[in-house]
Amino acid sequence: MIPTTHYLFLSLALFTIGVVGVLTRRNVIIILMSIELILNAVNINLVAFSRMFGSVNGQIFAIFIITDAAAEAAVGLGIIIAFFRNRETVLADEMDLLKW
Amino acid sequence: MANGLLPQIVFYFFAALAVVSAILVVVSRSAIHSAIFLITSLLATAGIYLQLEAEFLFVVQIILYVGGIMVLFVFVIMLVNLDVSLHQLQFNRQWLVATVLAIVLGIHFSLPLWLDRGVVNLPPPSAATMQPNSEMIGQALFQNYMLPFEIASILLLVAMIGAVVMAKRRI
Amino acid sequence: MDLHSLEPIRPYILPVIYAVVIVLVLPLLAGYIVLLERKVMADMQARLGPMRVGPHGLLQPIADAVKLLIKEDIIPDEADKAIFLLAPLLSVTAGMLAYAALPFGPVFQIADLNVGLLFILAVSSMGIYGIVLGGWASNSHYSLMGALRSAAQLVSYETAAGLALVSALLLGGTLSMKGLVESQAHAGLWFIFLAPIAFFIYLVGSIAETNRAPFDLPEAESELVAGYMTEYSGFRWSLYFLAEYANMIVVAGIATTLFLGGWLRPLARVHLRVPATDIEMMDLIPALAFLVVALYCFRLAPRQPVPVQKLVMAAAGALMLLLAAVMGWSAAAAPGIREGVHGAFWFIAKVLVYLYGFLWFRFTFPRYRFDQLMHLGWSFLIPLALVNVIATGIALALYREMGWGLAPALLLTNLITLAVAAWLAVERPRPGAALPIPSALDGD
Repeated sequence: MIPTTHYLFLSLALFTIGVVGVLTRRNVIIILMSIELILNAVNINLVAFSRMFGSVNGQIFAIFIITDAAAEAAVGLGIIIAFFRNRETVLADEMDLLKW
Repeated sequence: MANGLLPQIVFYFFAALAVVSAILVVVSRSAIHSAIFLITSLLATAGIYLQLEAEFLFVVQIILYVGGIMVLFVFVIMLVNLDVSLHQLQFNRQWLVATVLAIVLGIHFSLPLWLDRGVVNLPPPSAATMQPNSEMIGQALFQNYMLPFEIASILLLVAMIGAVVMAKRRI
Repeated sequence: MDLHSLEPIRPYILPVIYAVVIVLVLPLLAGYIVLLERKVMADMQARLGPMRVGPHGLLQPIADAVKLLIKEDIIPDEADKAIFLLAPLLSVTAGMLAYAALPFGPVFQIADLNVGLLFILAVSSMGIYGIVLGGWASNSHYSLMGALRSAAQLVSYETAAGLALVSALLLGGTLSMKGLVESQAHAGLWFIFLAPIAFFIYLVGSIAETNRAPFDLPEAESELVAGYMTEYSGFRWSLYFLAEYANMIVVAGIATTLFLGGWLRPLARVHLRVPATDIEMMDLIPALAFLVVALYCFRLAPRQPVPVQKLVMAAAGALMLLLAAVMGWSAAAAPGIREGVHGAFWFIAKVLVYLYGFLWFRFTFPRYRFDQLMHLGWSFLIPLALVNVIATGIALALYREMGWGLAPALLLTNLITLAVAAWLAVERPRPGAALPIPSALDGD
């Protein structure tokens, strides 16, 4: 049997990598993909605890998180397409219309 | 063997695949390569779910995440692909500070786990409480969690309309 | 190595053998389905088809395979090489992985997953990446356009097909493929009779899923050259080809399991015994069918123009005789063997019937234009599939809560769904669609 802490460490590793991706990359699409990594890491955490406590609640929460991630990815990518049509760029540094 | 070596091999294989693919997502120069590595990472995560006896979540992850969300990502990457993007800087000016801070965050979270690793390792309960998995999830979704279920469906409707409005050329 | 040390891997031996058999047999099977398609196409176009390579073209797939293997492997100049190499592999892997949960009979199944049907759907949806990445990596406009169109079509019809399967799942009550066939045995009727509209939606959806005519705009020769397959040649192209035919067999397998009764014999509840024995008369049909084919082969053998062809035809006839003998022997053998062998026969027969439908539609219907295709998927099939799910739910509620019989309840709800379909099928002016061209026959 794999102890629960192994899964928690895996989830933590994925979470950290996702955070590094969000904070470091310039390409907005890759930032969105790193956010998906973070949500994925949280899902592993939930499912590991769901198995540890023997209840299905963790998996239900994980299903809702996947649903939420789908909605957020759709809207986020729509925004990126709209912005790209106007400014021809997908780099976060160059999206500075509101800067003084 | 079913109780010892094989689950460990399976876990370490999927875990290594997930972590290595995640690192490659963040590090790749081309967005399409990042997307492919993210697909690999999500598939490895699906394998982890299968090992945690969450079979419904395993197939839902593949159908929704890999077969739905990532297809959307790949489409958008193909639509906004710029030839010049491969020669631009990939990392912003704060990459060093951000990486150091993220690693500090990771260590901060992992210290309690490492120090209390005897306490969190409660043996998992018998499989009978969570099988049959699909039926139990269905019952929980439609009995206990009916309200969040309906709210999630409204959320998806709103997201659909929002995405279509965002991406249209003329409203 | 005594038998005791094999204990830990004993559960894996039989599935591994089945998996190896499937992987070995699948390319050959795909090749012969291509031959079947060419012969059926020729028959519908009043000509003969391949006749030269073997007797009646029976060795044509082998010649095709050799030709594809010795062709030059061209990789476009600016193509993304890693993805160019990866894309056909993704398609083939997704296509073959789905066979892990298909029940070829009560015995021949690699893995009876609890979520078998969802697993096959999930793995089939991975095939989209083979197409999209292949079109992207070719670094050619035609490929990219074809790939994007094909992927959009696949995603649209996947939803409709999945919802149609949900209606059948409501009647079946379980997600495991074996359980679905057993629930059809329990109900006494195949689900195609209980949910015909769901079968129709799944039929149309599966034709679009596999990029077959009349939905083959992305890969038709007169359209975008060959779509996402344009820049692939030789072995890589044959991988895509193999993936497409493997996918066809998988969707035929799903339709057979869910709607056509899987491995159940037609009229499974009718038991007519041959007098004084334990054999059922209906169980002798496979043996008789193979016998008839064997006799036909032997009749044709002397008429072949070349001696080698005569030999091959006689060998084919002998193979059919062998299969007839196997079928006949297993009809009289123990119930386990009989169920296994005959179950596999009926499953494969039903899959072939479904595939014949695919081939028939290819040579009968003209191609759909892309906007017509998307309109059909989103504005007709998905609403109809949703209404069908609701209708099936209402029928089950009537059956379980209010005590109606299952067949009358389903009849009523299917009629309501048909009325909704008729309403949906009426042509309404769509924004952006071409106006109907006035014709001289309009009567003014």
